[in-house]
Amino acid sequence: MYDFAFQTPASVSDAVKMLADDTEAKLLAGGQTFIPVLKQRLNKPSVIVDLNGLGLSGITSAPDKITIGGMTTHNAIMSNPDIQKRIPGLAKMASWIGDTQVRHRGTMGGSLANNDPSACYPTAVLAIGATIVTDQRRIPADEYFQGMFTTALAPEEIVTAIEFPIPEKSNYEKFRNPASRYAMVGVFVAKGPAGIRVAITGAAQDGVFRHTAMEQALATNWSADAIKGIVTPADGLNSDIHASAEYRAHLIGVMTRRAVAGA
Amino acid sequence: MQDVILGTSVELPQAVMQSVSLNLTVNGQQREFVVEPWTTLLDLLRHEMDLTGTKKGCDHGQCGACTVLIDGRRMNSCLALAVMQDGKTVTTVEGLAAPDGTLSPIQAAFIEHDAFQCGYCTPGQLCSATALLQEGHAHTPEEIRELMSGNLCRCGAYPNIVDAITQVLAQAATPEVA
Repeated sequence: MYDFAFQTPASVSDAVKMLADDTEAKLLAGGQTFIPVLKQRLNKPSVIVDLNGLGLSGITSAPDKITIGGMTTHNAIMSNPDIQKRIPGLAKMASWIGDTQVRHRGTMGGSLANNDPSACYPTAVLAIGATIVTDQRRIPADEYFQGMFTTALAPEEIVTAIEFPIPEKSNYEKFRNPASRYAMVGVFVAKGPAGIRVAITGAAQDGVFRHTAMEQALATNWSADAIKGIVTPADGLNSDIHASAEYRAHLIGVMTRRAVAGA
Repeated sequence: MQDVILGTSVELPQAVMQSVSLNLTVNGQQREFVVEPWTTLLDLLRHEMDLTGTKKGCDHGQCGACTVLIDGRRMNSCLALAVMQDGKTVTTVEGLAAPDGTLSPIQAAFIEHDAFQCGYCTPGQLCSATALLQEGHAHTPEEIRELMSGNLCRCGAYPNIVDAITQVLAQAATPEVA
C-alpha cells in the first residue's frame, strides 16, 4: 500500500466534507475489495475516510419495504429473519458472497458503490426495483447502475441505505467461480412492485443487465418451462479463462430456469 | 499493562504525523499502539506483537491463513487495517488454549485426526473452526465444508479437518455450546 492518512469522521456530513475538501480522499466501508486494491497499488488515496462508526448499519422492516443501512454486513443480511422471510432471494444471495470471514466485514453499500461487474447485489437491487438512498438524494435502481465500476453516485456522495420494496416472489441462482465465489453467472428473478424482472450479473462487461426476453416470457407464464426455448446471444458476453461467452450464454438459461423453479 | 510501540518508519517526520494510536485487547492483554494507517492487523500482530502464529498466505483475503477472531467473529486480518480495530478484542491462535496450556477441544481434535500436513494453514483453520462451532450453523459434513470454505489447505487435509470438527460438534451436542 502507498502511504495515506486516516480519518474517522463524526457524522455523514463530516465525511462528505472530507471528500469535498480533498479530491484524492476515498471512503472505506468493509474494505474487502478496497484493501486488496490498495495492496495492489491500483489506487493511491491521500486520505481514507472510515465509514465504520457512523451508525450506518442496521435493518428495519416496514409493511411495504425493508431498509438496509449502507454499512450493513453480508452476514447481518443473510441472518436477518425479516429478510429471510420477506425477500428470501436476497438472504440467499448474501449467504453466498465470499466466505464467512468476508461476510463479517463486507457491506452492501460498499459493494453497490463499487459496482463490480460480477457482484451479486446489483441483480437484487435492479430486479426488485430498490432505491439507493444517499446523503443527498434517492436514486432509483434503473438509474443507478451505469456500467463496469460506474454508478450514478457523485464523487462526494455517500450511500446511507438501500430500500427494498417487498416482492411477491424472489430468488437468486449463481454459478460460482469455485475459487473466488464470484458469479460466473448470477441470476436474480423477482415478481413484485417493479413487475417481473430478470437481472443478470457476471456475464457482461458492463455488469448487471435485465434480460427482457426472459421477462416477457415470464410475464405470460411464470414457470421454468416458459423460458426453456429462449436462447441468449453470446455477443457482448465475457470470455475469459473461467468460461467462454458461449458457455456464459448457456449458463444464463440454466440459472434463470433454476431461479424461477425455486422462487 | 500498557506499553507504546512505534511503527517501523518513525524516523520519517511525516509518518509520525500520520500515525494513529489505538487500543487493542489481544488474547486477553490490553495494549496501546501507534501505527501508520496502512498497517494491517495481520502485520501488527506479527511484527509488533511477535504473534507469528497468524500466517500471511496470500495477503489478499483469499486463503484464510490469517483468520483471527475480532470481537468473537472470524475475519481475515490481512484485510483489516489496524486503525479500524480501536477498542476491539482480538483472539489469535496463540489465545485458543487455556492459560495453563491445555488445548481447546478443536485443537486437540486436530491432533487426534491428523488434520494438517505442513501446518501453514492450521492457525487460520483453528480460529475459523472455533468461530464456526460458536456460530452454530454447521451440522453436517457438507455444511462444515461450505462454512469452512474461507480457509484453503494446499496439502489437502480437508477430510481430516472435517472429521475433527465433526467430532467436536458431536461432543458439544450437550447444551453448553448452543
